Order: sequence, then structure tokens, then C-alpha cells
Amino acid sequence: MKAFLILEDGNVFEGESIGAAKEVISEIVFNTSMTGYLEVLTDPSYAGQAVTMTYPLIGNYGVCYDDMESLKVWPDGYIVREISRLDSNFRSEAGIEEVLKKHEIPGIAGIDTRALTKILREKGTMNGMITTNENFNKEEVISKLKEYKVTGVVRKVSRTEKEVIEPMCDMQGKTPLNVALLDLGTKNNIAASLARRGCRVTVYPAYTSAEEILDTNPDGIMLSNGPGDPKECTEIIAEIKKLYETDTPIFAICLGHQLMALANGFDTSKMVYGHRGANHPVKDLKTNRVYISSQNHGYVVEEDSIDPKVAEVGFINANDKTIEGLNYIGKKVFTVQFHPEACAGPVDTAFLFDRFIEMMEVSE
Amino acid sequence: MPKNKDIKKVLVIGSGPIVIGQAAEFDYAGTQACRSLKEEGVTVVLVNSNPATIMTDKEIADMVYIEPLTPDMLKKIIIKEKPDSVLPTLGGQAALNIAMELEECGFLKENNVKLIGTTSLTIKKAEDRLEFKKTMEKINEPCAASEIVTDVEAAVAFAGKIGYPVVIRPAYTLGGSGGGIAHTQEELEDICSNGLRLSRVGQCLIERCIAGWKEIEYEVMRDSNGNCITVCNMENLDPVGVHTGDSIVVAPSQTLSDKEYQMLRTSALNIITELGITGGCNVQFALHPTSFEYCVIEVNPRVSRSSALASKATGYPIAKVAAKIALGYTLDEIKNAVTQKTYASFEPALDYVVVKIPKWPFDKFIMAKRTLTTQMKATGEVMSICTNFEGALMKAIRSLELNVYSLAHGGYDQYSKDEIIELLHRIDDRRIFVIAEAIRQGVDYDTIHDITKIDKWFIDKIAILVEFEKRLKEEPLTKELMLEAKRLEFPDRVIAQFTGKTREEIHAMRKEMGITAAYKMVDTCAAEFEAHTPYYYSCFGSENEVKPVSTKKKIMVLGSGPIRIGQGIEFDYCSVHSTWALKERGYETIIVNNNPETVSTDFDIADKLYFEPLTPEDVENIVDLEKPDGAVVQFGGQTAIKLTEDLLKMGVPILGTSAENVDAAEDRELFDEILEECCIPRPAGKTVFTTQEALEAANELGYPVLVRPSYVLGGQGMQIAIGDDDIREFMAIINRTVQEHPILVDKYIMGKEVEIDAVCDGEDILIPGIMEHIERAGIHSGDSISVYPAMDLTTKIKNVIVDYTRKLARSLHVIGLINIQFIVFQDEVYVIEVNPRSSRTVPYISKVTGIPIVDLASRVILGEKIKDLGYESGLAKEADYYAIKMPVFSFEKLRGADISLGPEMKSTGECLGIAKTFNEALYKAFLGSGVNLPKHKKAIITVKDSDKLEAVGVAERLKNLGYTIYATRSTAKVLNEHGVDAIKINKIGKESPTVMDVLLGHDIDLVIDTPTHGRDKTRDGFLIRRVSIETGVTCLTSLDTANALLTSLENADKHNLEIIDVARI
Repeated sequence: MKAFLILEDGNVFEGESIGAAKEVISEIVFNTSMTGYLEVLTDPSYAGQAVTMTYPLIGNYGVCYDDMESLKVWPDGYIVREISRLDSNFRSEAGIEEVLKKHEIPGIAGIDTRALTKILREKGTMNGMITTNENFNKEEVISKLKEYKVTGVVRKVSRTEKEVIEPMCDMQGKTPLNVALLDLGTKNNIAASLARRGCRVTVYPAYTSAEEILDTNPDGIMLSNGPGDPKECTEIIAEIKKLYETDTPIFAICLGHQLMALANGFDTSKMVYGHRGANHPVKDLKTNRVYISSQNHGYVVEEDSIDPKVAEVGFINANDKTIEGLNYIGKKVFTVQFHPEACAGPVDTAFLFDRFIEMMEVSE
Repeated sequence: MPKNKDIKKVLVIGSGPIVIGQAAEFDYAGTQACRSLKEEGVTVVLVNSNPATIMTDKEIADMVYIEPLTPDMLKKIIIKEKPDSVLPTLGGQAALNIAMELEECGFLKENNVKLIGTTSLTIKKAEDRLEFKKTMEKINEPCAASEIVTDVEAAVAFAGKIGYPVVIRPAYTLGGSGGGIAHTQEELEDICSNGLRLSRVGQCLIERCIAGWKEIEYEVMRDSNGNCITVCNMENLDPVGVHTGDSIVVAPSQTLSDKEYQMLRTSALNIITELGITGGCNVQFALHPTSFEYCVIEVNPRVSRSSALASKATGYPIAKVAAKIALGYTLDEIKNAVTQKTYASFEPALDYVVVKIPKWPFDKFIMAKRTLTTQMKATGEVMSICTNFEGALMKAIRSLELNVYSLAHGGYDQYSKDEIIELLHRIDDRRIFVIAEAIRQGVDYDTIHDITKIDKWFIDKIAILVEFEKRLKEEPLTKELMLEAKRLEFPDRVIAQFTGKTREEIHAMRKEMGITAAYKMVDTCAAEFEAHTPYYYSCFGSENEVKPVSTKKKIMVLGSGPIRIGQGIEFDYCSVHSTWALKERGYETIIVNNNPETVSTDFDIADKLYFEPLTPEDVENIVDLEKPDGAVVQFGGQTAIKLTEDLLKMGVPILGTSAENVDAAEDRELFDEILEECCIPRPAGKTVFTTQEALEAANELGYPVLVRPSYVLGGQGMQIAIGDDDIREFMAIINRTVQEHPILVDKYIMGKEVEIDAVCDGEDILIPGIMEHIERAGIHSGDSISVYPAMDLTTKIKNVIVDYTRKLARSLHVIGLINIQFIVFQDEVYVIEVNPRSSRTVPYISKVTGIPIVDLASRVILGEKIKDLGYESGLAKEADYYAIKMPVFSFEKLRGADISLGPEMKSTGECLGIAKTFNEALYKAFLGSGVNLPKHKKAIITVKDSDKLEAVGVAERLKNLGYTIYATRSTAKVLNEHGVDAIKINKIGKESPTVMDVLLGHDIDLVIDTPTHGRDKTRDGFLIRRVSIETGVTCLTSLDTANALLTSLENADKHNLEIIDVARI
């Protein structure tokens, strides 16, 4: 079946329908990872977006459900050049299209994803529609696209019930550290990274009050990644401000990093097309070491808005020099824009979890 | 960390002659690194014995030494030039080994020279088997279990411990000879005992067999601050068991999930960190196909063939960055030359698929075993880029220039299903075609996978192509089908073949349907950032990104494709120099080539680089877009010449010598007319098509005769026939491939062979020098030792040569380069071959005479005149040096290949000996080619009857040098009769001592064996030659070569070798 991708700027791509044959309007973004398509699909930060994979061959090694970063597929749509006919890997349990269908995600294949990426790079992220309706009225679609706005995605992706994840390692008699993880759209591997290091992780829904968390007297608080415009999360920001005021060590990733910045009066802005991929270099300004990181964000903390008395820049992006991490002065609080939990992508910055653990241990 | 200011003068070591396993990739890496160093204001001293390289140009390095790569020569250079540092990581294993020797003997320290780019400790940790194992154990990186044994009992005990199958690798045997895989104790006992006997040190390595696992490579970079990145990873389609150089390789990996990808990536980073490498490094892994278990196979602490491939596959200039790191820069300080926006500290993201296929020399060595093992056999490779795997594979197949354009090849449709299944077990260069046929015949994926261990994903891709062949045969050729065919990169001619139409019809249909190629940029970042690299590949059904507008006139330079015997790195040298010359004259240059190992495919050589197959259709697609004002074909070897006619049809003017005149030189009858007009004699000859005609021609001319196809390179298929049987045999071999052009039968004259290259502007000629071959005619010029200036020619003969050259150049209206081979016999000069194009000797003669002939030829092509370029017409003044080009062979790598020399070229590379005297130059040339004698002063002589008397002189000279001579029965008899003591040894299979016994005593320096006729593999001679080569004994098959070697041994005082800076000539 034919499918069409209609962009806000009037560009139309014609391809083959994949996944669910339904119509969807979403924000179109691109990801440059060459592996890890399942991890991308199950990353809640993609809620409210349709993802274009720039690597042209998707589905080669099939789907291993263990690799899912959450229980669901989150993007509204999936845009690829080619879906592999055969999935080949010893762990593969299904083909990628099966997953799309099961989660009712529409998609389009067989389009020039590079041409699309160039449009997004030059004109910035924009809205688009994936449809199988050949008789669409372009003008009508475009006016609908212009009106469309992604809202309320954190509420959509976050869990409603608290969950406890026990340590996933031999504790050798030690008591585990209790970490409260605020689920703003968390990937599984954040909790798993902590649990593998001997933490008992309590995952809280995004709209949990600071009091509820602090009442349990956690050894540390972790703010997760998540989707959408950070400025929309005013209620959460207010709670984070309260968490910040305590002495509890806090480590925040991605959306968590942005919300912590906003809680401290800094500003965030939307990037032209964001950072999405597994090859982004971040530089630790203390050591000048550069690490390759996994990233997925369309908003960034504004450098000029940072109060140097409150926070100093920990990491910058080695390419465009944007803010990639903040260390809060006089506090046991550090935040990063990138994803040390990887999945998909390099695990080069996994040591940040160790840094967080050390911080908690010292605190104790 | 900014640049280290203490580094001001760096010695860069090249990799020496091109041999199998160490080819053009090191010229690419070295050239890029030297340019990168010079960019930083560092003075570069270069040493490499290979004159055909671009790195040995004075434009690339400040001081250039084309000297043998021995510790002694390097010491001399270091003492003279006083560099502060040595960069050894760009010249392959050869450079690394020699740097280690200099470091370990304390010489570098004494002379205050630092190794940069790596440390000796790093090299040791990576290269020494035990140290490496220890290092890997320390960081918990698994290696395949192995043990060195000196007897069979120990081997059996160790195998018992690790389990069968096991791999046996004898120490110090070449080409993997004596090795193998044992599945049972009996097999182990058998292989191991033979291996121990063949090993000079009586050792075998017994290793756990991981054949069949996935072979995955990572290219890693690290700087002095500890920053590490991976440039790319690659997956071998052929599982472990086939050398990666002989494997079809795809980038990035296709069948690894992110978990596997990251696991191996992390391991690669841990390894480079532990080894402390500053620069580039290649890590090879074996990954178990059904678990997360893996083994580290090998680490190369230097740039390699794989890094050249990775550079071209991603656009990330590994060698350039490695050189900057060696100077102290960190990755985040080095700009990404592709995007100009980002830095070297990132990992390239690909939005396309890259496929590499090796180019094997089995068309040259028809007797050689085609089995692919852990010993590399390929001489070169092609790379292709496409947005899908199928397309990339199809493009790579046709880039190989095997006259094969699809997977329907090899005549396997003649075989039954059972036979095909049987053939699947054979691991050789044709396996992919067998798999295609297996799919055609309905063999299921499981069976194919169980036999070949090739991942089913690849099998399915081959199946997609096979299924599409069927669709083309059965379905109407609609626009949709045509688009799909082109998306999968079926060339027009293949679509024609399957649809029963002509190529022209398909071409017209396609145009009608508006289906044209689109070009995409290789930008390192999957379009995330705007890039400026003019590096493109084609695909169908996509948007075109190339803006062909230019204010300048455009010239297209056609490259020379994969490195093969007969068409080596020298043509890349010519293409690159021509491009530079054209650029300098204000033209926009466009290079089309498909060889990832070369300088010409570096994106900053031409204004635009199209990484594409060199077939008419692929070139036409570029022409349609770029509409070049002209094309240059005379520098790209036969590959480019072959495209002449098609380019004309596309309306692209050929710059320089016209197509008709190129033809006239190749077409026997036209050429005979020209020779007659010019009153130039040539050996009598005839053109034939059939064996019958050939027999008649030979008998009319009288034996011996030379038989060869026209329009070939490197004397492919050329043979000397001494009787009717030979004619029948050779014609059968030649006609195995369909001949579009007639076969030539010429009277064979055994005189002195002389060769020239000349620049011609239509009126005047410039001959930089006359070269003379040491071996008599009958041995291919590429395999002969070539001496400049020619020594034994009278002024009269020289004048005749100049006169003939001028006449031929004028009659053929040569504009640009011409190469002519003459035979001088009884004071008469005969012309045997004329090639109106660049030749193998161009780089060498340019360097030793200091006359930049490619540059001059390029300018002449653009309309300038020799006299306006500051040169006088005629033969240039002789240089003050003797320069001797020595062929270098790779026989030890090709089991079963006959090493005897003849009219068909067999050498893979060359080195140069340059000196004030002939004898010193000759000695250096032998030294550079790896002949370092005497050692044990024992030689074996066994020659054919017609050589026996001449062999007496050779034996005598050997005796005088203190050699003990062993000779086979009849040779010994003649030698003893003539008063030269020779110990008689028996034929193989007779009572001891036999030739084989003596050889396997491992103390023979030299074997002189002139072969009797015929290709019979069972003959003693063949076995003797093979065993010599495989046990590392110098083996010569021509008495001329033997005499030259003796001259060099008699005369050269090796402690007084003088070094010469070629950049000052």
C-alpha cells in the first residue's frame, strides 16, 4: 500500500505503508544511530514525534524484546528507507514491522530519508502527516499541520503507579542505596544501571510531590529523560525546586537536566533540529576528555541564562558547543543533557552513574 | 593539548614494495600523513624503497630517500638528516618492524630520536604473541586459546584440553604452508608433523578453531589525552577462516544488534586504551553467531588496509588525523575536514552501505589454489557505495573488471542441485556465485548457512537479487520494474540479458521513463550537518544532491580501478599527478575511481570525486550530470583506455592522443602499416583467431613464437611456444574468455630488451631516459630488472631508438605519453610494443631523472608545447645516478602458483636501487627486494638442458664467493665436467639425499632453477621452486637474474652504501 509523508513546508514524499495503516500528524525528527532501532522506538522521549532513521537499512537483526527501553513503542510514526525482509540474529523474536503493527504505529518506507533529513536540517524540525490516503488535500493537510502542537506528553508517557526495582547484583551483605527515580518518560536502562550498581530504585510517576519522595528519605534522587517542551512542565519544575532545596544528591538526565535548570531560573530553548543519535561528542570541561554519547533532545539549556553563582557547565557538545551538563555549585546536584544509560549507543559515559553512587555514599 | 613544539623534523617510514597483504593503502596513508605534517610546518623526511608511490614525490616530503628498508639504511638516513622523531605507524608492518629494531638496539635513544604515534612498548604489547595474550588477560578481553608446540605429543595434549577442531600454524613458513585445521587426533598428528618439518624453527602454534564465527572489525582512534572514538565498524560477509583481506566486507555491520555492537565497541576502546596507542588502531573480533561470546583475533597498532577502507567508507581521514595526533593534538582540536563545522572527536554516521570485494590474481595464476584461507591472496580491492546492500554488492561486482555484471556468472547452472551443495563447501573467490546458483536451484537458507556459516541476512540479500533476475525474465518491463532493477543496481546490459532486449533498447527505455542516477554525498554525518566534501556515490530513486555548475572547464580523469598484477599503484600515481597538473592550469577536475586503497580516491585530490564502478554505463551517468569538457584516459591504465570509445559516443572529447591512434597502436594490421611507412622493423608476426590459424602462423614463422591476446595488460596470457603442443595449450587458455580482438603470434627474438617513456606534443618528443632490461626478451618487462641509464647501448643504437620514437610518436599523432619497448639484436633495433599511454615505469623514471613527465604530459594534452615547457626535444641528458628497478613477487602467498618467469607478468610490486655506480645500485635493488645474502653459503642449481653450459659460469662465480653447490644429477655432471665441484643430489622420491632433503635442512641460501617447458605441476622443478619459496629461500628462474645477483654480491661493499635524497635530483 502506498503511503505519503506530507510536511508543513509543502514537501511530499511517497513511499510504502509500513506498520499500522492509520493517519497521524506529528513532529518529524531524525535519528542518526546505525543500530538500536528498537531502543529508539521504545524510548518515551520520542512521544509526540515521528522518527526518521537516517541509516537506510532497518530491521536487519529483528527484534529482541529484552532490548525494549519501555513497555511501549512511543513515536507517533516511523520513517525509514528500507525494512529488512529477513531478520537475522540469534536473539531475534520478531520482525520490526510486527512490532509496529502490534503497537499500532503507522510508518512509511521507501522514501529518500536523506533528502528528508536535509530538509529538517535546513528548515528545522517541523510537523508532518503520514497517511495512506492518496486523495489527500495538500492545502488542508498543511493548515492542519501548522495548527498542530505537541502537548502533555510527559503525562502520557509517565507511569501511574510507583514501582520498586531491587538491586541486580551481588550485594555481598551491603545495604542497598535507595534511589528515587522520577519517571518523566524514563528508559529502562536508567533504573537498571543503578540497580546493577547495587541500588534499590523506586520509580515514581512524574506528578509525584516532592514531599512524597522526600518522606522516604532516599539516598539520592534521579530525574529521568522525557519528551516534549520542558517549559510545559511547570508543576513538575516546582516540585524539583523543592527537591533541589534539600541536601539529597540529585542526578538528572535529558529532560530532567532541563527541568532542573528551569527550576533554578535558567532558560531553555528549542533547537533547530536537535541532537538525536549515538555519535555525539561531549567534552568534560574539568578534564578536557571527550566522550561519545547517545543523545535525544530537541531543547537545550541556554548558556547565557545560567547563573554562574548557581551552576557551572560540566559538559559541552564538542561540535556545536551547546550545554551538555551542569554542576550545581555547593550542591550534590549534577545534570547531563545526554544519555549515560546509552541504549542505543555507546556506554562511554556510564561512569556518571558511579559518580552518582559515590556522591550518595559520601552523603551517607 | 596543542601541538608539541619540539617536533620539527619527522622521519616517515613507508611500507616498501607492493606485495600481497601490503599494498597501495600505505601510499594513501603515508601521503595523507605527510601532507598533514607539512600543513603543520613540520619538515618531513621520507624513506620508502618503492618508487611507484606518491609519497616519494618531492611535493609530498621535503627529503625523499628511495632506499632499501633495512635498519642500516635507516641509520644512515637518521644520522644524515637528524630528525627529532620517527613516525612508524603509517608504513604497515614493514615500517613498524624496522622502527622496533632501531628502538631495541638503542640507536634511536643514542641519536635523540623519539618514536611518535606509538611507543615501542605499545608495539610490543600488540605484536608479541605472549605479551598480547597477557595484556588481553589483564583487561579481561578474551583471545582464542593457543599454545606453541615443538612436538606432536604436546599438540595432541593441548588439543585434548581445548577440544577439536584446532588450527595448526607452523612458525616461519610462508603463505600458511604446512598449516591447516584438524578435526580429529589423526588429522592433527598428520598436519602437525608435516608442519614441524617445514618450520625452520621446528615450531607449530596450535589454536582453538573459531572458524565460522562472525568476523567484525573496529577502527579506533585515540589521542594523548585518552579520548577514544571508533571511526566505523565493519562486518565480513565471509566468517572467520577467510583472511579479512580476502573477505567481502560490509560497513557498517549489518547483523549486529546495538547490544553486540556496543559490546565490541567498548572492548575495542578498552584495548586501545590499555595499549596506550596514540593514533589509529584496528581491532578484529570473532563473534560467536549464537551467543555474546567473542574473541579478540588481532590488533594492529597502526593504520592498515582496513583503516584505508574505513576512511573511504566514512569520509573520516584516519591517517591525517593520526599524524596530527602524533604531533600532540587531541581529537577535539582537529577539525573535521568534511563538515568544517565539527571536529575529529565524533563518530561518523553512515546513511548508506559500503561493500568491499577483493581483487584476486587467479586470472594470472591459473595454477594457483583459489581456496581462501587465513593467508591473504588478493592483490587489491574495490569498494562501492549504495543506499542498499544489494546495490552496493552489484556495483562492487562490476567494479572488479572481470567482465561480470551480475550474480549470474560462472556457468554453475550446468551443475545439479547436489553438485551445487557440494560446491558450497569450497571456500574460494567464486563462492558468492555458487550461493546465488544454490538459491536459484531452491537450496534452502538453512543448508547454505550450515555449510558456509554466512549469516542468513546476507544469503537473503543474494536471494533478493536472484529473485529479481527471475522477475526480469518473466514480467513485462514496466517503469516500476525498471526502477526496482536500477535501485538494486542491475546495469542496463544485465537487464537486457534477462529481458531479451539489447543494451541500447534498455538505455533508451530508461531515458524515456526518466530513470536516471542520483548522486549523494559522503559527509561523515548522515546529513546532520552541512558538508563540503565533493565526494559522491550514485543511487537510483533518490534526489540528486550534486550541483554540476562550474565556472571552470571540467576535465574528467578516469582512474585505474583495483590494484592487480600488471596494473598497480603506478597508474594511481599518474592519475593523481595528472589531476594536480590540470587543477593547477585552472580546470575543474573530476576523478572517477573505485579503489579505496589509493590516493586518487582521497576527497581532496580532485575538485570532485565520484566513487563509482568504471563501466561505460556508470561513467555515462556521471557524464550526463557533469557534462565534462573533456576526459583524460591515458593515465588510468587499461581500465581507463577501455572506456575511450564509450566516452566518445557520449560526446566527451578525449584529451591527448586520439582514440583512432590508440587503436592503431593495438590493431596489428594498422600498426604494421605504420611501421612500414616509418621503415621500422618488428619481429615478423600474424594475427589469428583460432587454434588452427595459430598453428599455421607459428609454423610459417618458425618456432619459437610469442602468443598473446591484443588489448591486454601485463602480458596477460602471453606465452612463448616452442612447438605445436604449446600453441594448442596456450590458445585453449586464452580462449577461456571470449576474445573480442585477435590473438597475436610473433616470431620470438631473444635479444636485449630496451624501453622508453616519452612525452610527445605532436611534433616534438622528450625522452627522459632509456631503460635496459637485465633479463633477455621473453621475460615480461614488468618482471625484469630494469636499469637506467641503459649501459650497453652504443650512441648509434641510442640514436636509432630516439629516431624510431619520434617517427612513431608523429605517425600515431601522440599527444601526451607513449611507452615503447624495443629489442636490440645483432645491432638491429626492433619495435615489439607501443603503448600510447602512461606506463609502469613512469613514476620511476620521473623520480630518477627529475623530469615530471606526467605533469608535462598533462600540460601538453592541454595544448602546450615541449619547448615552451623549458625542455629540449629528444633524449634528455643522462642523470648522474644509476637507478635499478627490481621486481618484487608475492609467490609465497599463492600456493600452487608457478614462480618461473616468462612473458606473462607475475610481480606485484617493485623497489628501487639508486647509486652513483651500477654495482651499488644493483646491490641496493636486491637488498630492497628482500634478498640479503650470503647467509649459509649453500646453493642448489638445477637447470634445463639448454642452460647447462651457461650455468657453469654461474656456478663458478658462486664457488668463488665461497658457496657450496648442490646440483641435480645431470646439472651436477656438466658442472663437474667443467671443473666446478658440485655435490650431486637426487630427484624427489629417489634415495637420500634428495633435493627436498637438502632444502628442508634449512640452510640453503639460493636455488637457481630454470624451468623446463610446460605447466605440469607434478614435475620436480615445480615442487622445488614452491618449497623454496614457502620456506623462504631465494629462488631464481633466469640465469640473467642469477648473474646480476652475483655481480651485486661480488662487488658491493655493503657497509659503504651511500644514501641519496631523490628530492634534490
